[in-house]
Amino acid sequence: MTVRIDQTGCIGAGQCVLAAPDVFDQSDDDGLGIVLIAEPSADLLPGVRDAVDRCPAQVVTLEE
Amino acid sequence: MTEAAVCPVHHERDHPLQPPIGFAEAVSGGPVRMVWPNGVEAWMVSSYAGVRQVLSDSRFSTRKGGQPEMRTDDGEEVLDPDQPGNINGIDGAEHMRLRRPLSRGFMVKRMNELRPRIQQIVNEHLDVMEAKGAPADLVTSLCLPLPSLVIAELLGVPPEHQELFQATAGDLFGKNGSKDEYLAHATRLAEVLTPIVEAKRAAGTNDDMIGLMANDTDFSMDELIFLCIGLLAAGHETTSNFLGLFTLHLFEKPDQLEILRRDPSRADVVVEELMRYTVGQLGGPGLTRRATEDVEVDGVLIRAGDWVSVSLMANLDEALCPRAEQLDLERDAVSHLGFGFGPHQCLGANLARAELQIGLRTLFERFPNLRPAVPVTEMAYRNDMITYGAAEIPVVW
Ligand code: HEM
Ligand code: SF4
Repeated sequence: MTVRIDQTGCIGAGQCVLAAPDVFDQSDDDGLGIVLIAEPSADLLPGVRDAVDRCPAQVVTLEE
Repeated sequence: MTEAAVCPVHHERDHPLQPPIGFAEAVSGGPVRMVWPNGVEAWMVSSYAGVRQVLSDSRFSTRKGGQPEMRTDDGEEVLDPDQPGNINGIDGAEHMRLRRPLSRGFMVKRMNELRPRIQQIVNEHLDVMEAKGAPADLVTSLCLPLPSLVIAELLGVPPEHQELFQATAGDLFGKNGSKDEYLAHATRLAEVLTPIVEAKRAAGTNDDMIGLMANDTDFSMDELIFLCIGLLAAGHETTSNFLGLFTLHLFEKPDQLEILRRDPSRADVVVEELMRYTVGQLGGPGLTRRATEDVEVDGVLIRAGDWVSVSLMANLDEALCPRAEQLDLERDAVSHLGFGFGPHQCLGANLARAELQIGLRTLFERFPNLRPAVPVTEMAYRNDMITYGAAEIPVVW
Protein backbone atom coordinates (compact mmCIF):
# COMPACT_ATOMS: atom_id res chain seq x y z
CA MET A 1 0.00 0.00 0.00
CA THR A 2 1.65 3.18 -1.17
CA VAL A 3 0.30 6.69 -0.70
CA ARG A 4 1.19 9.36 -3.23
CA ILE A 5 0.34 12.97 -3.96
CA ASP A 6 0.76 14.26 -7.48
CA GLN A 7 1.84 17.78 -6.60
CA THR A 8 1.34 19.15 -10.11
CA GLY A 9 -2.42 19.25 -9.53
CA CYS A 10 -2.43 19.93 -5.79
CA ILE A 11 -4.10 23.22 -4.79
CA GLY A 12 -2.94 23.10 -1.18
CA ALA A 13 -6.45 22.78 0.18
CA GLY A 14 -5.26 20.70 3.12
CA GLN A 15 -8.22 18.30 3.01
CA CYS A 16 -5.75 15.43 3.20
CA VAL A 17 -4.30 16.89 6.41
CA LEU A 18 -7.77 17.10 7.93
CA ALA A 19 -8.60 13.54 6.88
CA ALA A 20 -5.37 11.89 8.04
CA PRO A 21 -3.14 14.25 10.03
CA ASP A 22 -0.60 11.51 10.78
CA VAL A 23 -0.09 10.67 7.13
CA PHE A 24 -0.22 14.09 5.44
CA ASP A 25 1.11 17.56 6.03
CA GLN A 26 1.44 20.75 4.03
CA SER A 27 4.85 22.03 3.05
CA ASP A 28 5.90 25.21 4.83
CA ASP A 29 7.39 26.49 1.57
CA ASP A 30 4.36 26.34 -0.69
CA GLY A 31 1.43 24.87 1.23
CA LEU A 32 1.28 21.83 -1.06
CA GLY A 33 0.31 18.45 0.32
CA ILE A 34 3.12 16.14 1.35
CA VAL A 35 3.08 12.48 2.37
CA LEU A 36 4.64 11.83 5.78
CA ILE A 37 4.10 8.09 5.81
CA ALA A 38 4.20 6.53 2.35
CA GLU A 39 3.47 3.01 3.60
CA PRO A 40 0.87 3.58 6.33
CA SER A 41 -0.14 0.85 8.75
CA ALA A 42 -3.62 -0.66 8.53
CA ASP A 43 -5.09 1.54 11.27
CA LEU A 44 -4.26 4.65 9.23
CA LEU A 45 -5.85 3.40 6.01
CA PRO A 46 -9.44 4.59 6.65
CA GLY A 47 -8.12 8.14 7.03
CA VAL A 48 -6.07 7.77 3.86
CA ARG A 49 -9.08 6.51 1.89
CA ASP A 50 -11.04 9.47 3.22
CA ALA A 51 -8.28 11.78 1.94
CA VAL A 52 -8.40 10.13 -1.49
CA ASP A 53 -12.14 10.79 -1.60
CA ARG A 54 -12.01 14.32 -0.22
CA CYS A 55 -9.02 15.75 -2.10
CA PRO A 56 -10.69 18.38 -4.33
CA ALA A 57 -7.94 18.08 -6.94
CA GLN A 58 -8.12 14.28 -6.84
CA VAL A 59 -4.36 13.93 -6.64
CA VAL A 60 -4.07 11.68 -3.57
CA THR A 61 -3.75 8.02 -4.54
CA LEU A 62 -3.48 4.79 -2.60
CA GLU A 63 -2.03 1.87 -4.52
CA GLU A 64 -3.38 -1.28 -2.95
CA MET B 1 -35.46 17.98 -27.55
CA THR B 2 -38.28 19.27 -25.37
CA GLU B 3 -38.41 22.95 -24.62
CA ALA B 4 -36.32 24.03 -21.62
CA ALA B 5 -38.20 24.87 -18.45
CA VAL B 6 -37.77 28.25 -16.80
CA CYS B 7 -35.38 27.97 -13.90
CA PRO B 8 -37.25 28.47 -10.65
CA VAL B 9 -34.83 31.05 -9.31
CA HIS B 10 -37.52 32.86 -7.41
CA HIS B 11 -36.74 32.32 -3.79
CA GLU B 12 -40.14 31.62 -2.38
CA ARG B 13 -39.86 29.02 0.31
CA ASP B 14 -42.51 27.29 2.39
CA HIS B 15 -40.14 27.47 5.29
CA PRO B 16 -37.16 29.85 5.40
CA LEU B 17 -34.74 26.97 6.03
CA GLN B 18 -36.01 24.76 3.22
CA PRO B 19 -35.31 24.84 -0.55
CA PRO B 20 -37.33 27.11 -2.84
CA ILE B 21 -40.71 25.63 -3.70
CA GLY B 22 -40.60 23.25 -6.64
CA PHE B 23 -36.85 23.35 -7.04
CA ALA B 24 -36.09 19.74 -6.08
CA GLU B 25 -38.82 18.44 -8.39
CA ALA B 26 -37.65 20.65 -11.26
CA VAL B 27 -34.06 19.44 -11.18
CA SER B 28 -34.51 15.79 -10.25
CA GLY B 29 -33.72 13.03 -12.71
CA GLY B 30 -30.40 14.15 -14.11
CA PRO B 31 -29.18 17.16 -16.03
CA VAL B 32 -32.14 19.25 -17.18
CA ARG B 33 -32.05 22.30 -19.39
CA MET B 34 -33.37 25.50 -17.94
CA VAL B 35 -33.74 29.09 -19.04
CA TRP B 36 -32.36 31.74 -16.71
CA PRO B 37 -33.95 35.14 -16.09
CA ASN B 38 -31.47 36.70 -18.51
CA GLY B 39 -32.55 34.31 -21.27
CA VAL B 40 -29.43 32.14 -21.25
CA GLU B 41 -30.03 28.40 -21.22
CA ALA B 42 -28.02 26.09 -18.99
CA TRP B 43 -27.97 22.49 -17.84
CA MET B 44 -28.77 22.05 -14.20
CA VAL B 45 -26.79 19.25 -12.56
CA SER B 46 -27.80 18.21 -9.06
CA SER B 47 -26.61 14.65 -8.40
CA TYR B 48 -23.66 14.10 -6.07
CA ALA B 49 -21.59 12.30 -8.73
CA GLY B 50 -22.55 14.77 -11.44
CA VAL B 51 -21.64 17.83 -9.39
CA ARG B 52 -18.28 16.33 -8.41
CA GLN B 53 -17.59 15.53 -12.04
CA VAL B 54 -18.47 18.97 -13.40
CA LEU B 55 -16.48 20.78 -10.72
CA SER B 56 -13.34 18.66 -11.10
CA ASP B 57 -13.25 17.89 -14.87
CA SER B 58 -10.95 20.32 -16.70
CA ARG B 59 -13.23 20.17 -19.75
CA PHE B 60 -15.55 22.47 -17.80
CA SER B 61 -14.29 26.04 -17.71
CA THR B 62 -15.11 28.59 -15.04
CA ARG B 63 -14.42 31.56 -17.32
CA LYS B 64 -17.44 33.82 -17.16
CA GLY B 65 -18.97 36.39 -19.49
CA GLY B 66 -22.43 35.96 -20.97
CA GLN B 67 -23.29 33.31 -18.39
CA PRO B 68 -26.72 32.52 -17.03
CA GLU B 69 -27.31 35.11 -14.32
CA MET B 70 -29.44 34.38 -11.34
CA ARG B 71 -28.50 37.43 -9.30
CA THR B 72 -30.95 39.87 -10.76
CA ASP B 73 -34.05 39.46 -12.84
CA ASP B 74 -32.51 41.37 -15.73
CA GLY B 75 -29.36 39.30 -15.38
CA GLU B 76 -26.85 42.09 -14.97
CA GLU B 77 -23.29 40.83 -14.54
CA VAL B 78 -21.49 42.38 -11.61
CA LEU B 79 -17.94 41.48 -12.54
CA ASP B 80 -15.97 42.20 -15.68
CA PRO B 81 -14.90 38.73 -16.89
CA ASP B 82 -11.38 40.03 -17.51
CA GLN B 83 -10.98 41.64 -14.10
CA PRO B 84 -7.34 41.01 -13.08
CA GLY B 85 -7.09 38.86 -9.95
CA ASN B 86 -10.51 37.23 -10.39
CA ILE B 87 -9.33 33.85 -9.15
CA ASN B 88 -12.75 32.28 -9.51
CA GLY B 89 -13.07 33.12 -13.19
CA ILE B 90 -9.92 31.60 -14.70
CA ASP B 91 -8.77 28.05 -15.46
CA GLY B 92 -5.73 25.83 -15.54
CA ALA B 93 -2.25 27.30 -15.28
CA GLU B 94 -3.58 30.87 -15.07
CA HIS B 95 -5.66 29.88 -12.06
CA MET B 96 -2.83 27.93 -10.42
CA ARG B 97 -0.58 30.97 -10.72
CA LEU B 98 -2.94 32.91 -8.42
CA ARG B 99 -4.18 30.07 -6.29
CA ARG B 100 -0.90 28.39 -5.33
CA PRO B 101 0.70 31.30 -3.45
CA LEU B 102 -2.56 31.97 -1.61
CA SER B 103 -2.81 28.36 -0.45
CA ARG B 104 0.26 28.89 1.66
CA GLY B 105 -1.50 31.62 3.61
CA PHE B 106 -4.52 29.35 4.24
CA MET B 107 -2.69 26.20 5.28
CA VAL B 108 -4.38 24.06 7.93
CA LYS B 109 -1.47 24.76 10.31
CA ARG B 110 -1.80 28.46 9.80
CA MET B 111 -5.53 28.38 10.43
CA ASN B 112 -4.90 26.45 13.63
CA GLU B 113 -2.49 29.15 14.77
CA LEU B 114 -5.30 31.67 14.31
CA ARG B 115 -7.69 29.78 16.57
CA PRO B 116 -6.77 31.46 19.88
CA ARG B 117 -7.29 34.86 18.28
CA ILE B 118 -10.63 33.77 16.77
CA GLN B 119 -11.66 32.54 20.22
CA GLN B 120 -10.72 35.89 21.70
CA ILE B 121 -12.78 37.81 19.14
CA VAL B 122 -15.77 35.54 19.79
CA ASN B 123 -15.42 35.94 23.57
CA GLU B 124 -15.20 39.72 23.37
CA HIS B 125 -18.30 39.96 21.22
CA LEU B 126 -20.31 37.62 23.42
CA ASP B 127 -19.16 39.61 26.50
CA VAL B 128 -20.64 42.74 24.95
CA MET B 129 -23.83 40.92 24.00
CA GLU B 130 -24.24 39.63 27.54
CA ALA B 131 -23.50 43.00 29.11
CA LYS B 132 -26.13 44.73 26.95
CA GLY B 133 -28.66 42.08 27.94
CA ALA B 134 -31.43 40.22 26.15
CA PRO B 135 -32.93 40.50 23.64
CA ALA B 136 -29.98 40.78 21.28
CA ASP B 137 -29.53 40.46 17.52
CA LEU B 138 -27.10 37.62 16.92
CA VAL B 139 -26.29 38.84 13.39
CA THR B 140 -24.87 42.20 14.47
CA SER B 141 -23.55 40.88 17.81
CA LEU B 142 -21.46 38.05 16.37
CA CYS B 143 -22.17 36.71 12.88
CA LEU B 144 -21.26 39.84 10.90
CA PRO B 145 -18.26 41.22 12.84
CA LEU B 146 -16.46 37.90 13.35
CA PRO B 147 -15.47 37.07 9.75
CA SER B 148 -14.56 40.62 8.80
CA LEU B 149 -12.30 41.07 11.84
CA VAL B 150 -10.66 37.72 11.20
CA ILE B 151 -10.01 38.37 7.52
CA ALA B 152 -8.62 41.82 8.32
CA GLU B 153 -6.09 40.22 10.65
CA LEU B 154 -5.26 37.45 8.25
CA LEU B 155 -4.67 39.99 5.49
CA GLY B 156 -2.60 42.01 7.93
CA VAL B 157 -4.49 45.30 7.92
CA PRO B 158 -2.54 47.34 10.50
CA PRO B 159 -4.44 48.37 13.67
CA GLU B 160 -4.46 52.05 12.75
CA HIS B 161 -6.30 51.27 9.49
CA GLN B 162 -8.67 48.68 10.94
CA GLU B 163 -11.51 51.05 11.71
CA LEU B 164 -11.57 52.56 8.24
CA PHE B 165 -11.19 49.12 6.67
CA GLN B 166 -14.09 47.69 8.70
CA ALA B 167 -16.31 50.68 7.94
CA THR B 168 -15.60 50.51 4.21
CA ALA B 169 -16.03 46.74 4.13
CA GLY B 170 -19.30 47.19 6.04
CA ASP B 171 -20.54 49.59 3.35
CA LEU B 172 -19.63 47.09 0.68
CA PHE B 173 -21.53 44.18 2.21
CA GLY B 174 -23.91 45.68 4.72
CA LYS B 175 -26.71 46.47 2.34
CA ASN B 176 -28.16 45.08 -0.81
CA GLY B 177 -27.13 47.96 -3.01
CA SER B 178 -27.14 48.40 -6.75
CA LYS B 179 -24.22 47.48 -8.97
CA ASP B 180 -23.08 51.14 -9.11
CA GLU B 181 -23.09 51.41 -5.31
CA TYR B 182 -21.16 48.19 -5.07
CA LEU B 183 -18.52 49.42 -7.50
CA ALA B 184 -18.23 52.76 -5.68
CA HIS B 185 -17.64 51.00 -2.35
CA ALA B 186 -15.16 48.63 -3.96
CA THR B 187 -13.23 51.61 -5.34
CA ARG B 188 -13.19 53.19 -1.88
CA LEU B 189 -11.92 49.94 -0.37
CA ALA B 190 -9.18 49.80 -3.01
CA GLU B 191 -8.14 53.31 -1.93
CA VAL B 192 -7.90 52.17 1.68
CA LEU B 193 -5.91 49.08 0.73
CA THR B 194 -3.41 50.60 -1.71
CA PRO B 195 -1.20 52.43 0.85
CA ILE B 196 -1.28 49.35 3.11
CA VAL B 197 -0.03 47.17 0.27
CA GLU B 198 2.63 49.72 -0.67
CA ALA B 199 3.90 49.88 2.91
CA LYS B 200 4.18 46.08 3.12
CA ARG B 201 5.95 45.97 -0.19
CA ALA B 202 8.46 48.53 1.07
CA ALA B 203 8.96 46.62 4.34
CA GLY B 204 9.47 43.32 2.48
CA THR B 205 7.59 41.26 5.10
CA ASN B 206 5.64 38.07 4.30
CA ASP B 207 4.10 37.12 7.63
CA ASP B 208 0.52 37.99 6.64
CA MET B 209 -1.54 37.58 3.45
CA ILE B 210 -0.91 41.05 2.05
CA GLY B 211 2.81 40.78 2.77
CA LEU B 212 2.92 37.34 1.23
CA MET B 213 1.14 38.49 -1.92
CA ALA B 214 3.15 41.72 -2.15
CA ASN B 215 6.58 40.18 -1.67
CA ASP B 216 6.52 36.48 -2.53
CA THR B 217 4.56 36.50 -5.78
CA ASP B 218 4.57 38.07 -9.23
CA PHE B 219 1.08 39.56 -8.71
CA SER B 220 0.47 43.00 -10.18
CA MET B 221 -0.92 45.77 -7.98
CA ASP B 222 -4.34 45.43 -9.69
CA GLU B 223 -4.40 41.70 -9.07
CA LEU B 224 -3.33 42.12 -5.50
CA ILE B 225 -5.93 44.72 -4.60
CA PHE B 226 -8.71 42.76 -6.27
CA LEU B 227 -7.62 39.57 -4.51
CA CYS B 228 -7.79 41.35 -1.15
CA ILE B 229 -11.30 42.59 -1.90
CA GLY B 230 -12.19 39.16 -3.27
CA LEU B 231 -11.04 37.43 -0.10
CA LEU B 232 -13.05 39.81 1.98
CA ALA B 233 -16.09 39.41 -0.26
CA ALA B 234 -15.90 35.63 -0.44
CA GLY B 235 -15.34 35.16 3.26
CA HIS B 236 -17.56 37.76 4.83
CA GLU B 237 -21.21 37.23 4.00
CA THR B 238 -20.89 33.50 3.47
CA THR B 239 -19.41 32.78 6.89
CA SER B 240 -21.70 35.22 8.61
CA ASN B 241 -24.84 33.84 6.95
CA PHE B 242 -23.85 30.28 7.73
CA LEU B 243 -23.17 30.93 11.40
CA GLY B 244 -26.67 32.39 11.58
CA LEU B 245 -28.30 29.60 9.56
CA PHE B 246 -26.58 26.90 11.64
CA THR B 247 -27.97 28.46 14.81
CA LEU B 248 -31.46 28.65 13.29
CA HIS B 249 -31.38 25.00 12.20
CA LEU B 250 -30.41 24.05 15.75
CA PHE B 251 -33.22 26.18 17.19
CA GLU B 252 -35.65 24.31 14.93
CA LYS B 253 -34.22 20.91 15.92
CA PRO B 254 -33.80 20.83 19.71
CA ASP B 255 -32.84 17.14 19.70
CA GLN B 256 -29.88 17.97 17.45
CA LEU B 257 -28.89 20.98 19.54
CA GLU B 258 -28.84 18.66 22.51
CA ILE B 259 -26.16 16.56 20.77
CA LEU B 260 -23.89 19.59 20.48
CA ARG B 261 -24.66 20.66 24.05
CA ARG B 262 -23.82 17.21 25.39
CA ASP B 263 -20.43 17.14 23.74
CA PRO B 264 -19.17 20.53 22.54
CA SER B 265 -15.78 18.99 21.75
CA ARG B 266 -17.40 17.43 18.65
CA ALA B 267 -17.88 20.91 17.19
CA ASP B 268 -15.68 20.01 14.20
CA VAL B 269 -17.85 17.07 13.08
CA VAL B 270 -21.01 18.98 13.95
CA VAL B 271 -19.98 21.86 11.70
CA GLU B 272 -19.33 19.49 8.76
CA GLU B 273 -22.80 17.99 9.07
CA LEU B 274 -24.43 21.39 9.50
CA MET B 275 -22.53 22.59 6.46
CA ARG B 276 -23.64 19.63 4.36
CA TYR B 277 -27.25 19.95 5.40
CA THR B 278 -27.55 23.74 5.34
CA VAL B 279 -26.00 24.07 1.88
CA GLY B 280 -28.23 21.25 0.64
CA GLN B 281 -31.37 22.85 2.07
CA LEU B 282 -30.54 26.21 0.52
CA GLY B 283 -31.18 24.52 -2.81
CA GLY B 284 -31.33 26.68 -5.85
CA PRO B 285 -28.82 26.98 -8.65
CA GLY B 286 -25.22 27.31 -7.65
CA LEU B 287 -21.88 27.40 -9.39
CA THR B 288 -21.59 28.05 -13.10
CA ARG B 289 -19.28 26.32 -15.60
CA ARG B 290 -19.11 25.98 -19.38
CA ALA B 291 -18.20 22.85 -21.36
CA THR B 292 -15.19 23.31 -23.64
CA GLU B 293 -15.68 19.87 -25.22
CA ASP B 294 -18.55 17.41 -25.51
CA VAL B 295 -18.83 15.65 -22.13
CA GLU B 296 -21.28 13.10 -20.81
CA VAL B 297 -22.64 13.81 -17.32
CA ASP B 298 -25.05 11.40 -15.64
CA GLY B 299 -25.76 9.79 -19.00
CA VAL B 300 -26.57 13.05 -20.78
CA LEU B 301 -24.39 14.51 -23.52
CA ILE B 302 -23.42 18.08 -22.78
CA ARG B 303 -22.09 19.83 -25.88
CA ALA B 304 -19.05 22.07 -26.15
CA GLY B 305 -20.15 25.63 -25.43
CA ASP B 306 -23.12 24.65 -23.23
CA TRP B 307 -23.49 26.33 -19.86
CA VAL B 308 -23.84 24.17 -16.78
CA SER B 309 -25.03 25.17 -13.35
CA VAL B 310 -24.43 22.81 -10.48
CA SER B 311 -26.77 22.79 -7.52
CA LEU B 312 -25.23 22.03 -4.16
CA MET B 313 -28.52 20.45 -3.27
CA ALA B 314 -26.41 17.44 -4.25
CA ASN B 315 -25.48 17.42 -0.55
CA LEU B 316 -28.88 15.80 0.05
CA ASP B 317 -28.23 12.98 -2.45
CA GLU B 318 -28.41 9.51 -0.89
CA ALA B 319 -25.31 8.65 -2.92
CA LEU B 320 -23.36 10.81 -0.44
CA CYS B 321 -24.72 9.34 2.79
CA PRO B 322 -27.75 7.43 4.07
CA ARG B 323 -30.76 9.53 5.16
CA ALA B 324 -29.12 12.47 3.42
CA GLU B 325 -32.33 14.51 3.75
CA GLN B 326 -31.90 14.55 7.49
CA LEU B 327 -29.62 16.53 9.75
CA ASP B 328 -27.81 14.01 11.93
CA LEU B 329 -25.15 15.53 14.14
CA GLU B 330 -24.11 12.09 15.27
CA ARG B 331 -22.85 11.06 11.87
CA ASP B 332 -19.17 11.23 10.98
CA ALA B 333 -18.03 13.89 8.55
CA VAL B 334 -18.71 12.99 4.91
CA SER B 335 -17.24 14.45 1.70
CA HIS B 336 -19.92 17.06 1.25
CA LEU B 337 -19.85 19.73 -1.44
CA GLY B 338 -20.59 22.74 0.77
CA PHE B 339 -17.27 24.32 -0.14
CA GLY B 340 -17.42 23.13 -3.74
CA PHE B 341 -15.02 20.61 -5.28
CA GLY B 342 -12.19 20.58 -7.79
CA PRO B 343 -9.48 23.18 -8.27
CA HIS B 344 -11.77 26.07 -7.28
CA GLN B 345 -12.85 24.51 -4.02
CA CYS B 346 -13.15 27.21 -1.39
CA LEU B 347 -9.76 28.66 -0.54
CA GLY B 348 -11.07 29.83 2.83
CA ALA B 349 -12.72 26.54 3.84
CA ASN B 350 -10.37 25.85 6.72
CA LEU B 351 -10.70 29.41 7.97
CA ALA B 352 -14.49 29.27 7.74
CA ARG B 353 -14.44 25.94 9.57
CA ALA B 354 -12.40 27.40 12.43
CA GLU B 355 -14.70 30.41 12.75
CA LEU B 356 -17.87 28.33 12.60
CA GLN B 357 -16.59 25.71 15.06
CA ILE B 358 -15.40 28.23 17.62
CA GLY B 359 -18.37 30.57 17.12
CA LEU B 360 -21.06 27.90 17.44
CA ARG B 361 -19.46 26.04 20.30
CA THR B 362 -18.79 29.13 22.38
CA LEU B 363 -22.24 30.55 21.72
CA PHE B 364 -24.04 27.56 23.23
CA GLU B 365 -21.48 27.09 26.00
CA ARG B 366 -21.84 30.68 27.11
CA PHE B 367 -25.62 30.77 26.69
CA PRO B 368 -26.96 27.26 27.32
CA ASN B 369 -30.51 28.62 27.25
CA LEU B 370 -30.12 30.60 24.06
CA ARG B 371 -33.37 30.62 22.11
CA PRO B 372 -35.07 32.68 19.41
CA ALA B 373 -37.03 35.70 20.65
CA VAL B 374 -39.48 35.34 17.74
CA PRO B 375 -40.35 32.21 15.74
CA VAL B 376 -37.68 31.32 13.17
CA THR B 377 -40.36 31.43 10.45
CA GLU B 378 -41.16 35.04 11.31
CA MET B 379 -37.63 36.42 11.10
CA ALA B 380 -36.59 38.54 8.11
CA TYR B 381 -34.39 36.84 5.52
CA ARG B 382 -32.10 38.40 2.95
CA ASN B 383 -32.50 37.10 -0.52
CA ASP B 384 -30.07 38.61 -2.95
CA MET B 385 -29.55 35.48 -5.02
CA ILE B 386 -25.86 35.10 -4.23
CA THR B 387 -26.20 34.73 -0.53
CA TYR B 388 -29.12 33.76 1.63
CA GLY B 389 -29.38 34.32 5.33
CA ALA B 390 -31.31 35.84 8.20
CA ALA B 391 -31.20 39.65 8.25
CA GLU B 392 -31.69 39.63 12.02
CA ILE B 393 -31.74 36.86 14.60
CA PRO B 394 -33.36 38.18 17.78
CA VAL B 395 -32.37 35.95 20.70
CA VAL B 396 -32.93 35.71 24.44
CA TRP B 397 -31.17 33.53 27.03
C1 HEM C 1 -19.18 29.22 5.26
C2 HEM C 1 -18.38 29.95 4.55
C3 HEM C 1 -18.03 29.72 3.10
C4 HEM C 1 -18.69 29.02 2.13
C5 HEM C 1 -19.99 28.26 2.23
C6 HEM C 1 -17.89 29.12 0.93
C7 HEM C 1 -18.21 28.51 -0.28
C8 HEM C 1 -17.41 28.52 -1.39
C9 HEM C 1 -17.66 27.76 -2.60
C10 HEM C 1 -18.83 26.81 -2.82
C11 HEM C 1 -16.65 28.02 -3.48
C12 HEM C 1 -16.45 27.40 -4.86
C13 HEM C 1 -16.80 28.33 -5.97
C14 HEM C 1 -16.69 27.68 -7.34
O1 HEM C 1 -16.40 26.48 -7.46
O2 HEM C 1 -16.88 28.39 -8.34
C15 HEM C 1 -15.79 28.99 -2.84
C16 HEM C 1 -14.67 29.55 -3.42
C17 HEM C 1 -13.87 30.50 -2.80
N1 HEM C 1 -13.94 30.90 -1.47
FE1 HEM C 1 -15.30 30.33 -0.11
N2 HEM C 1 -16.80 29.90 1.19
C18 HEM C 1 -16.83 30.28 2.51
C19 HEM C 1 -15.90 31.04 3.18
C20 HEM C 1 -14.78 31.60 2.62
C21 HEM C 1 -13.77 32.37 3.33
C22 HEM C 1 -13.76 32.63 4.82
C23 HEM C 1 -12.86 32.79 2.38
C24 HEM C 1 -11.63 33.62 2.51
C25 HEM C 1 -11.24 34.30 3.47
C26 HEM C 1 -13.29 32.26 1.11
C27 HEM C 1 -12.63 32.46 -0.08
C28 HEM C 1 -12.93 31.83 -1.27
C29 HEM C 1 -12.19 32.04 -2.51
C30 HEM C 1 -11.02 32.99 -2.72
C31 HEM C 1 -12.79 31.21 -3.47
C32 HEM C 1 -12.39 31.07 -4.94
C33 HEM C 1 -11.39 29.99 -5.08
C34 HEM C 1 -10.99 29.70 -6.50
O3 HEM C 1 -11.76 30.01 -7.42
O4 HEM C 1 -9.91 29.12 -6.70
N3 HEM C 1 -14.44 31.55 1.29
N4 HEM C 1 -16.26 29.25 -1.55
S1 SF4 D 1 -6.18 17.56 -0.29
FE1 SF4 D 1 -5.36 17.31 -2.33
S2 SF4 D 1 -5.20 19.39 -3.11
FE2 SF4 D 1 -5.43 19.54 -0.92
S3 SF4 D 1 -3.37 19.63 -0.10
FE3 SF4 D 1 -3.99 17.53 -0.03
S4 SF4 D 1 -3.26 16.73 -1.95
FE4 SF4 D 1 -3.23 18.91 -2.20
